Amino acid sequence: MTEMSTTAFKDNVTRALADDKLQFAMTETGPRFIAKRTKAREALPEFDQLRDQARDIKDHVLDHLDIYLETYEAKVKEAGGHVHWAETPDEARAAVLEICRKANAKMVTKGKSMISEEIDLNKHLEENGITPVETDLGEYIIQLRNERPSHIIAPAVHLTRDQVEADFRRVHTHLDPKRDLTEIPALVEEARAVLRQKYLNADVGITGANFLIAETGTSIIVTNEGNGDLTQSLPKVHIVLASIEKLVPTLEDATTILRVLARSATGQDFSNYTTFSTGGRRPGDPDGPVEYHVILLDNGRTSVLGTEFQDMLRCIRCGACLNHCPVYNAVGGHAYGWVYPGPIGSVVTPALVGIENARHLPNASTFCGRCEEVCPMRIPIPKMLRHWREKEFERHLQPTSQRWGLGLWAFMAKRPRLYRKATAIAARVLSNQAVGKGRLKKVPLASGWTAFRDLPAPQGKTFHQLWKERRP
Amino acid sequence: MSAREMILGRVRARIPRGPEGARREAVERRLAEHPRNLIPQRGQGDIEHRIRVFTEMMLAVGGTVEVIDDINEVPHHVAVYLRDGNLPARVRRGADPLLARLPWHRGGTLEVVEGPAVDEDRASVTHAFAGIAESGTIVQISGADNPTTLNFLPEAHIVVLESAALFASYEEAWTKLRSLMGEGIMPRTVNMISGPSRTADIEQTIVRPAHGPKNMHVIIVR
Repeated sequence: MTEMSTTAFKDNVTRALADDKLQFAMTETGPRFIAKRTKAREALPEFDQLRDQARDIKDHVLDHLDIYLETYEAKVKEAGGHVHWAETPDEARAAVLEICRKANAKMVTKGKSMISEEIDLNKHLEENGITPVETDLGEYIIQLRNERPSHIIAPAVHLTRDQVEADFRRVHTHLDPKRDLTEIPALVEEARAVLRQKYLNADVGITGANFLIAETGTSIIVTNEGNGDLTQSLPKVHIVLASIEKLVPTLEDATTILRVLARSATGQDFSNYTTFSTGGRRPGDPDGPVEYHVILLDNGRTSVLGTEFQDMLRCIRCGACLNHCPVYNAVGGHAYGWVYPGPIGSVVTPALVGIENARHLPNASTFCGRCEEVCPMRIPIPKMLRHWREKEFERHLQPTSQRWGLGLWAFMAKRPRLYRKATAIAARVLSNQAVGKGRLKKVPLASGWTAFRDLPAPQGKTFHQLWKERRP
Repeated sequence: MSAREMILGRVRARIPRGPEGARREAVERRLAEHPRNLIPQRGQGDIEHRIRVFTEMMLAVGGTVEVIDDINEVPHHVAVYLRDGNLPARVRRGADPLLARLPWHRGGTLEVVEGPAVDEDRASVTHAFAGIAESGTIVQISGADNPTTLNFLPEAHIVVLESAALFASYEEAWTKLRSLMGEGIMPRTVNMISGPSRTADIEQTIVRPAHGPKNMHVIIVR
């Protein structure tokens, strides 16, 4: 499984907050996603109704998942394709490697796939003498940097153009060192030229899948660059990496969810390229892959079915919850320490790697609720974060000081008179300390907060006191 | 036990299960009937409306559109488009019968070659299976008539779209596809294309092209 630093969340955050480049990238470019989505949403009056239908489609699929999986598999075979089931990342990697070996592959091109990250495929291919080349521009950049994506759909969102320029100069040493790369289009043009040859020379093309259609045995990819299409139509072999919850019943159902996907992700009405692939080359086909393989990965997803966490399997990986999350926008995606960052990552990661390995993540939330508000699949993310916190508490995963603190708070909260007295004293003391400024630079036991920002001081009265005064 | 059986076994053990027959029937019915869900109003209307919305949406994503009345004028418009774009007067197409029938000599010096795309091709012309007004989208299906690589390798992609195939929504294209292929059967590849290739992966700044065509030009034949 992919290298993890989920347990180091706090250290990761401290580093992220002190990283000027990251902070610049996040504050400059993060908010653009929000404006784009708002615009797309306002232009489509039916948007919220489509979200309801999208949710219902996936709920129906999850309730009948066994039948849909069987049907899908039969349809893929009917169309001449192959399905490889994998319970674990190990099995998935082995299946991919075997297909590549049979094809005598030296180099594989890759479209963007989060499952590839989840199973840490590139490392495995490299160790076995096969060169993987990421072709999505963002993925290509982070591959050059030996990093993980920091965002589900914008893997290099944490970087600035001068960082990309430096990487291109470091790696593309066959090009004129005096070339001008100060503008973004020059960087894109260079990547286009370098990758064009890779597409043409690759032996195998590997893509992800946004959806799998049971009706027809079809996989769908959605891109803007066209890289996924060049990846899958030029080599002899196309491998699709998918997880079992990607199933939808029909073309119509896929269409409905596609209508909310791009709008939620990039604010586009529709992505530039939406591609439906079913099996390999047909008689008379002059191009396209000869072989078509689908890897169907579980990796812990079945353990979520039938639990209070099942709704997370509706996720279509649009990234809207990341874009709208105040925590994500402050610390970036790498701080989350594994493959899936942001609010949905904080829900998914504990399910896939175990809460004991990710106990900080459900706490990386202000519970502002925007993630749920913008989720096209209406996933109740805050509710599930709370469930994880409960699990964390039940399993005694928090540090002793935190459990003590909670115990003390519970003791007070159950004794209203004592609670009111104590909070009144605290409010007065803090208010006196902040006299004239309204803010506190340091508070005992709260350095975790005050190291990065001031604490707004109470006005001198508690909520209960104010409530009493103002109630008619 | 195989991974397949393990996974299916776990799914069955965990999901709420009513009578098995009823569950299967629910799935089979949905797949056989493939009911349409909500379809947005945006694209709905007569052909003039559909052309208007399609054009608006295609322009918004960086493509271009022209509307002509006579299909035999296509070669001329292709030649003019290439000339105006400073591209060589050479275009690649597939075996599509409609494209094959066109009077290509009317394109003047225009050279027309047939087959799947190769790296050197600068321009291609394809015959669209359908157009979708709702989002300014072209639908292409794979095969010798319009090889998939024509949609991606050349830097200029010219598309001929007959107005009879310009639908309001994707759903109508699915209906047309089922009547061509049969229920539950797809061509190897169906490409929905909305404008030329783009990326916003560096600083959220939109740049065209990324890896695919730089220009997409749709000729709607009324």
